[in-house]
Amino acid sequence: MMSSELKLRVLSLYKNLLFMGRDYPKGYQYFRERCNTVFKKNKGVNDPKEIERLINHGEFVKKELQALYYLRKYRTLKRRYYADEDEMTKFRNLSNTIEKYERPD
Amino acid sequence: MAMRALVGCKRVIDYAVKVRVKPDKTGVVIDGVKHSMNPFDEIAVEEAVRMKEKKLVSEIVAVSCGPAQCQETLRTAMAMGADKAIHVEIPAKEFELVQPIHIAKILAKLATDVKADVVILGKQAIDDDCNQTAQMTAAFLDWPQAVFAAKIEKDGDSLAVTREIDGGTETIKVNVPAVISADLRLNEPRYATLPNIMKAKKKPMEKKTAKDLGVDLTPRIQVISVEDPPVREAGQKVDDVDQLITKLKGLGRI
Repeated sequence: MMSSELKLRVLSLYKNLLFMGRDYPKGYQYFRERCNTVFKKNKGVNDPKEIERLINHGEFVKKELQALYYLRKYRTLKRRYYADEDEMTKFRNLSNTIEKYERPD
Repeated sequence: MAMRALVGCKRVIDYAVKVRVKPDKTGVVIDGVKHSMNPFDEIAVEEAVRMKEKKLVSEIVAVSCGPAQCQETLRTAMAMGADKAIHVEIPAKEFELVQPIHIAKILAKLATDVKADVVILGKQAIDDDCNQTAQMTAAFLDWPQAVFAAKIEKDGDSLAVTREIDGGTETIKVNVPAVISADLRLNEPRYATLPNIMKAKKKPMEKKTAKDLGVDLTPRIQVISVEDPPVREAGQKVDDVDQLITKLKGLGRI
């Protein structure tokens, strides 16, 4: 039997994950199915230490998701708004290199 | 130095959504499309929250102009750390023709009303890409502006702002009150978690209209046509240099 404190933590982890799933790139439905499968797979776990370990793993997944969402957004914006900036840097490097070859002192 | 910060958060179509143009070319499809806070405004909110954590700012007021759903955007801002919110309600139909000049007038009025010392906005919204609101707000308030901020630091009683400019950065000193606009590299916005969204529901949200603020929203533009960007034409493969030159000559490029 799971202690009520652990039960609450598992429940809140589940709710938090589902909430974050709304932003999942492959869609909420996809995320929800995966999330449910994992929780169901571990529903028979009774050892408090093992539950603790699984909750910690869930917290880790939350952090990973946050990092994934941030990076995805940052990269999209960078591509959309700063693409020519990268090109300009490359162009500058190229012209510097050419200059070096032309004046090898 | 404990300033009051006013931050703008626009509700826009989510960055990950593929935007579709309406068949009658009057605008883009917004019904049933996922919306979220403009990513540059998230950066602005995050910066205000970090300034509060550094005790530079004592209170953060988030503002959003637009239809009722903007309140969700404001909840997100408050979940990230804003203390209170002001929703300036503008019906969806009317909001279509609202331009940076109108928003700048609203923000300038609010900045005066709430006695803000610093107004932090995203440099541009990802829907209309205007990049004008911060500049115009500064003009209406007659305050200094530090736009495209990549770093904000305290410098005595002023702020030292590092700005993104072509090919590098520029650091300027601005006296407060000032208007700042956030560039992409200013910070990494935190995620508005579920518990924080729930807590944000208890934070105060004030509702106002443009009329309350004495701002005239009469449209200054008329949308003539909204169109998809042209589709890129398919390329061609050539076997050798001679063929390439012939092709280019045929196209009149050389």
